[in-house]
Amino acid sequence: MSELTNLTIAAARAGLDKKEFSAKELAEAHVSAIEAANDALNAYVLVTPDRALEMAAESDKRLAKGEGGALEGIPLGIKDLFCTEGVVTTACSKILEGFTPHYESTVTRNLWDAGAVMLGKLNNDEFAMGSSNETSAFGPVANPWRREGSDDKLVPGGSSGGSSAAVAANLCMGATGTDTGGSIRQPAALTGTVGLKPTYGRCSRWGIVAFASSLDQAGPFARTVEDTALLLNVMASHDPRDTTSVDAPVPDFTASLKDGVKGLTVGIPKEYRIDGLKPEIAKLWDQGVEWLKAAGATVKEVTLPHTKYALPSYYIVAPAEASSNLARYDGVRYGLRVDGDDVISMYENTREAGFGAEVKRRILIGTYVLSAGYYDAYYLKAQKVRTLIKRDFDQAFEDCDVILTPTTPGPAFAQGEISGDPLEMYLNDIFTVTVNMAGLPGISVPAGLSGEGTPLGLQLIGKPFDEATLLRAAQSIEDAAGPLKRPENWWTKAA
Amino acid sequence: MSVDRATVHRIAKLARIAITEEEAARLEGELSGILDWVAQLDEIDTADVPPMTRVADMKMKMREDVVTDGDCADDIVANAPEADDDYFVVPKIVE
Repeated sequence: MSELTNLTIAAARAGLDKKEFSAKELAEAHVSAIEAANDALNAYVLVTPDRALEMAAESDKRLAKGEGGALEGIPLGIKDLFCTEGVVTTACSKILEGFTPHYESTVTRNLWDAGAVMLGKLNNDEFAMGSSNETSAFGPVANPWRREGSDDKLVPGGSSGGSSAAVAANLCMGATGTDTGGSIRQPAALTGTVGLKPTYGRCSRWGIVAFASSLDQAGPFARTVEDTALLLNVMASHDPRDTTSVDAPVPDFTASLKDGVKGLTVGIPKEYRIDGLKPEIAKLWDQGVEWLKAAGATVKEVTLPHTKYALPSYYIVAPAEASSNLARYDGVRYGLRVDGDDVISMYENTREAGFGAEVKRRILIGTYVLSAGYYDAYYLKAQKVRTLIKRDFDQAFEDCDVILTPTTPGPAFAQGEISGDPLEMYLNDIFTVTVNMAGLPGISVPAGLSGEGTPLGLQLIGKPFDEATLLRAAQSIEDAAGPLKRPENWWTKAA
Repeated sequence: MSVDRATVHRIAKLARIAITEEEAARLEGELSGILDWVAQLDEIDTADVPPMTRVADMKMKMREDVVTDGDCADDIVANAPEADDDYFVVPKIVE
């Protein structure tokens, strides 16, 4: 059945309509692939085979009546940050142990309403705080890719590391992710998959475990640009239950995919050519420029002068909002409770036992920068810098339609390789975090392999709510890059 | 060091996270490292720059002032570590 799990969403949807296979067969193929792979990859923290087969049976009924939805019968994995009704949702934190939502997030509700099938919940960094999926309470995820001639386990990126690994290893046809500082685009780049962070407000945040509310945005992972567009079509919606959800029309993002980039102006921000940029990353970026030029785009240098301040201001804004959002985990309403002598020590013991080291670090930073006497110096200052970052982009977009940059400063690293200094890990988001600070859409597209034989991605940044142009340019890069190598299957255990 | 040991203990108290002396020692260095690094923002003159309050210009949405949800007390307490009837149970707060 491996050929079924290898299909794109577009091809599978067409195959279902033509009755070449059933939704049940498609779901079964994925369920067995997960069973055989998950011990090695740890991409899923919870597999829901019964639910998958039930949903697939319903899909087959609708397909038989000719009533199939846009994603009818398509098996998807869901990041554990999305609340799923009746299915345990923990954000991969001990503090949410056993939490079973009595409601469904809007994004997943949209997917099920379109006929998609849930395979299970995907691993992520605890509360989406990390760039390697190593902070998860369920343990790290292994990247399906390995360095040439090595068995070392590499990270799949983070925080949506389960999503990126599962899509890369054909353990689902697409997946949901969330992106606060790069958590969709960085893992996509490190696993050779496509990952899109929509404009802030494009997808509802209702029912998603909150990390930093002014930055969080849900988005899709898939193996092709077209599949990514198909998922975004369904995930995006206006939702009265999220006041930041934008009441804007959701176009068919597949409509203009094949229009090419002729007539588009692509901006190249000179500040992204940072000191110490790895030669292979610079080469990949130049290659991307050449591809878009050859496809008819005009390429122009642009300037984003405040780029270097995006990461430090992010590490004020994100922890500040996290410290506030995570105040709700107090051992009273859900999840873990560790008793104490009085109510205060119950809170303190619960939060001590329930949160991991990185989450505690960020809550403490956030508490500090919001505390009396420091608010203006840190949080207010960072929000002012954010205005400057947004202005940089507004100005740059007067001269161009999309911006092209590398997604990450390097390829996938080994588990445990970056663990000593938190700052070193934070630098992984250097090219992605500006996009969240300005609320813009961004996409990572696989563009080539590193010297180690592992994937590298290029990032495109778009104007607000212009995901259509972003996807069009991404399609052009995908076409120019041609069919890329897939990871060699080392993870499937013999039946 | 922008953060000393006493400050680590103070913010841990504010954040309601119990920490050991060992953890406090480690956090002293880590938090100082992060705060020293973000201090580079002081290089930018932001005197005349308004702080960002939202990434996209939009009006706060209004809706009818009516009840749209509720009557689901069982659902709300279903995940509580300890509940009695429709109440969350916590250690005694007032002696």
